[in-house]
Amino acid sequence: MSTSKISMPKFNLRDKFGDWWEGTTRNQRIIFRVSLIAFFYILPFLDNPVFGTTESDFSSVLFYPMGMYVLMAIGLNIVVGKSGILDLGYVAFFAIGAYTHAILALSFGFNFWVNVVLGMAFAMFAGVLLGLPALRLRGDYLAIITLGFGEIVRIVAINVNFTGGAAGLAGIPAPPNIFGVEFLVDDPRPYYWLVLTLTLLVIWAYMRLIKRRPGRAWEAIREDEDVAEFMGIATTKYKLWAFVLGGAIGGGAGAVYASQVTSIVPELFDLNVSIMILACVVFGGMGNLWGVAFGAALLGYFPEKLRFLSDTRILFFGLLMVVMMNIRPDGIIPRKKREKVYDKNTGKEVSR
Amino acid sequence: MDFSIVVSEFASLFLDGIVVGAIYALVALGYTLVYGVLRLINFAHSEIFMLGTFACLGVTMLLGYTGFEEPIGIGLFLVTFILITFVAAVASGSAAMLLEVVAYRRLRRKGANRLSSLISAIGASFFLVELFRLMTDSKDWDFPRLLDKNSLFEVSSAYVTADKLVVLIGAFGLMFALDRIIQGTRLGRGIRAVSQDEKTAVLMGVDVDKVIAFTFLLGGILAGVASSFYMLFYEATKFNVGFLLGISAFTAAVLGGIGNIRGALAGSFALGLIQQFSSAILGYNWRDVVTFLILVLVLLFKPTGLFGEAIQRARV
Repeated sequence: MSTSKISMPKFNLRDKFGDWWEGTTRNQRIIFRVSLIAFFYILPFLDNPVFGTTESDFSSVLFYPMGMYVLMAIGLNIVVGKSGILDLGYVAFFAIGAYTHAILALSFGFNFWVNVVLGMAFAMFAGVLLGLPALRLRGDYLAIITLGFGEIVRIVAINVNFTGGAAGLAGIPAPPNIFGVEFLVDDPRPYYWLVLTLTLLVIWAYMRLIKRRPGRAWEAIREDEDVAEFMGIATTKYKLWAFVLGGAIGGGAGAVYASQVTSIVPELFDLNVSIMILACVVFGGMGNLWGVAFGAALLGYFPEKLRFLSDTRILFFGLLMVVMMNIRPDGIIPRKKREKVYDKNTGKEVSR
Repeated sequence: MDFSIVVSEFASLFLDGIVVGAIYALVALGYTLVYGVLRLINFAHSEIFMLGTFACLGVTMLLGYTGFEEPIGIGLFLVTFILITFVAAVASGSAAMLLEVVAYRRLRRKGANRLSSLISAIGASFFLVELFRLMTDSKDWDFPRLLDKNSLFEVSSAYVTADKLVVLIGAFGLMFALDRIIQGTRLGRGIRAVSQDEKTAVLMGVDVDKVIAFTFLLGGILAGVASSFYMLFYEATKFNVGFLLGISAFTAAVLGGIGNIRGALAGSFALGLIQQFSSAILGYNWRDVVTFLILVLVLLFKPTGLFGEAIQRARV
């Protein structure tokens, strides 16, 4: 098949923005970043008929599904988008995080903040347990294995006692107050700010990571694993790191989710969650953080805004995956293509 | 943990294992055929099977069965059942061909990477599941009892019933027919050629698009027939029936060596037996966990399966 063809997307939001961004000064960038972050923090107060949701409370939509989708999609993007590992059992990490907080808080009275960290740690441990053997496999086998893993975690949660079985666990404690912010059952805003803060932290860590060795290793593995291995990249190690870090983010998201909904049942963690998050990554643009975050926010938002989409969202997401792959496989905001283009006569590198 | 049941119920568990294995085999063949020509796992194959079960149900509804009738005589049963199977095969076969056009063809022509095709197929799979969930109200749908299920005769602890015999005879007949198609027909030779070496097959004048479409059609027909056997044996369906059956059939295909037709048959019967015996010992709830563990172990220690990964070497 032809691989030498350079694909030129018709309209690329990322490049348009990238060109503008290149031309800004340091101060302009700081102002842009601060105002963007401030905008997201005051978003719950901007509930109005134009973009507020009518069917459910806008702030609760901002927490779930939007905030949760964005956080998990960023985590899954490390695995699927950056490293090209198709993980269909991402919900397992989410479930592990949620059950960690629920069980440790209910049985041992652990603090929420401890549980978030422990939830991430357990998710990472599960990631190592599954990843060490599974990541040796090829793409489609790996997809089936992770798919099975997601289901197994759910089936085990139904069939063992300490998870409360099919009835689940109720009365999960909220996080303790922090900086004078109280976490109340009927006010989703603090939870939204919590997710937003976590998301910003994750983005910050992610941006630092991808500019360095792991990020380059992941991209090399995604483009061609054999070549990456040949060039001296420890492919298994970096694949495992991608898998485990993605899992940790899923685990953290799960703990936050459990603290907000206060009761969890195994049925919340079915395959549909994995697929919805995968659809977010695919829709936004695999491998591009901003595309993924934007895509996830949109896919979380529209089913809440448009009534006809709320009951048929999986149908719509499934269709979206087929259509996106066929028409625009790079997503709505594609990642920056790191292809170098050389001038035919001089042989010097030119910018596209 | 009750091991005594394995001894006392051995014949019964064995018979059920073979019957379940025969149904798995028909679905597993679809995975293996498509893998042979595309080198891709057809993620939506389980939904093609699910669609078939609802086609069976549709036919019985059109024929006016409400589920409360007495079982019908053997002659009328055969006519009815062949009609049901035929409709299910047509429905599943055409759905599989449509799936290939919508989810695979364009990507294949573009030379897109495997990840894209996988995601596209997964999207199609979820679209189908959700479509049927909405259309069938997420309910369990019962299939009318067409055949008297009283025991015909007993072998040790096994009750041999008419439906089990129908499934076994039908499945073996179909496997023989598939063997003849792959071996003896022009398109069958095309499938073997593309499985061996797609590029050379093109040079030799094989119409790859046609061969791939035909492979999906064959896989779909087999899944459709499997769905009518499934309905006869289990007598119920639901929108998510394809998922666990798909995982089992896929495990069977991998166990036998994916892409290997004889391997898929052997793997299916082995898995059917393993599932019956492990459920008897551990309890039915753990059946799918056992299936999954087998899949993981096979992939880790012998990813080519028990009989090797290759459609052409098996010569079937």
